[in-house]
Amino acid sequence: MRRRSSWLWVAALAAYAFLYVPLIIVVVYSFNDSRLNAEWVGFTLDWYRKLAANDDMLAAAGNSLLIAFTASLVSTVLGTMAGVALHRYRLRLLPILVLAPIAIPEILMGVSLLIFFVLLNFTLGLVSVALAHIAFCIGFVAIVVRARLAGMDESLTEAARDCGATPARAFRHVTLPLIMPGVVAGALMAFTLSIDDFVITFFTAGAGTVTLPLLIYSMIKISVTPEVNAVSTLLMLLTLLLIVVAAKLSPTLLRSDRET
Amino acid sequence: MAAKGVSGTRMAKWLVSGPPLLYLLVFFAAPALIMVLASVRSPGEFGGLAPLVDESGRLDLNTESYVRLFTESVYLQVFVKSAWYALLTTLACLALAYPLATLIAKSPKKHRDLLLLLVILPFWSNFLIRIYAWMIILGPNAALARMVNGVLAWFGAGPVPLLFSAFAVLTCLVYVHLPFMVLPLYANLEKHDQALLDAAQDLGANAWHRFWRITFPLSLPGVYAGSALVFIPALGIFAIPDILGGPDDTLIGNLIKQQFLETRDWPFGSVLSIMLTVAALLLAGIAAWVGRRGAAGAARA
Repeated sequence: MRRRSSWLWVAALAAYAFLYVPLIIVVVYSFNDSRLNAEWVGFTLDWYRKLAANDDMLAAAGNSLLIAFTASLVSTVLGTMAGVALHRYRLRLLPILVLAPIAIPEILMGVSLLIFFVLLNFTLGLVSVALAHIAFCIGFVAIVVRARLAGMDESLTEAARDCGATPARAFRHVTLPLIMPGVVAGALMAFTLSIDDFVITFFTAGAGTVTLPLLIYSMIKISVTPEVNAVSTLLMLLTLLLIVVAAKLSPTLLRSDRET
Repeated sequence: MAAKGVSGTRMAKWLVSGPPLLYLLVFFAAPALIMVLASVRSPGEFGGLAPLVDESGRLDLNTESYVRLFTESVYLQVFVKSAWYALLTTLACLALAYPLATLIAKSPKKHRDLLLLLVILPFWSNFLIRIYAWMIILGPNAALARMVNGVLAWFGAGPVPLLFSAFAVLTCLVYVHLPFMVLPLYANLEKHDQALLDAAQDLGANAWHRFWRITFPLSLPGVYAGSALVFIPALGIFAIPDILGGPDDTLIGNLIKQQFLETRDWPFGSVLSIMLTVAALLLAGIAAWVGRRGAAGAARA
């Protein structure tokens, strides 16, 4: 038994190393005083200074934040509604529409939205990207909210209704405050998904609009530079923060398989 | 009074489910439908679609793009290659994920959430950054390439590039999909009853038998779920071969991207996308079906 579990530890540690070493290398080389991402030369913050002075990068970051704020706001409202609807009612179409965007390969949504926008003569840009992001974020928010509702004591809402509250008042004053941690976790998730999205953005952004992932893509297609490491490190830090907070608020985030 | 209550709940139902339903109908279902329609049209002269009705009044509806897919072997080869890459990815993920999921399921309850969080966190870092990390690790000047080629030189073999190769594509495919395998496997293994294994041990089964006769068959629903979660996205990936692959590593995703952004042949791009969707849905259906059967079988056993 002992021997078996020590063998397990080695295999598991190797898997954890496989997951983390690549990301650690990206972070470490962002402080490396060398243009080549090949060996450690010395500590520097130059790449971060270069980043702050790079107008393209700042514009892309601005676009990404604007899209992520809009997309997470709208998808949180729509996703919460969808989560409540999935929990309370037996519906046929909505569950499919909510889950399909998560289940199919991303590229399919990207190209179908591309045709859709172009055929409607809808100019590709910030708005088309935000509309696309909302569509795939709704499902993630809905799942988190539904998981929260499933773990909730339904009798509280019923008690409010028995005391004469209208459905709307019962929702606003009883249900909503109770599911709020799930709603906030869903919003943070949507923000992260939006700011990180590359594939769907790639197809719906058009030629003139650049977000951070699109800029990183065009940079790494040309060459590997420590500036990419620096912007990657900052982006990872931001998403790490958002996800840890989201996971604290909604522990089911980690156990979605067990709940459903 | 009662009638009013019923119509009230019906209205509430529509108020709550209506807006997300409408949004997804417009921005998910409608584009998907348009893609199906685009697949039976002709490509336009300057990309996009040809006019629906041409000068002579003929309606532009045909199955040429479908015929092209099934008659030109080069496209079918890409589908086969994509399926092969996705299969290798799935098997490698399974091999890596199994010990990890077992360890997490066996650790004390208070550590499990942290160990799981550590599996999921990399998934939440940017997709492109995770690809970029492998560009650095496999780069020609990096330690790994120098070491591998140093060893090869010892045996008199020429240097091989690690980057822009099938090896790079597969490594990164495994890397980004690993969490999808660990989670369902863990969810399954966690529910296993230790008493079964103890009983088998008392009856004289060694560790090898205990694993292959009990643990592994019982974990099959988790294996199927994880395999579907890895195989389906791996089948449609385009960024990884696009960035890390060589000229031979064109997969379905790259072909689709080419049709929409470079050749601008929308009908053919739509056909490829539809085939990918069909394959994904079919696989998801099969995995769900086999998983249910497996679960039912395990319950009977």
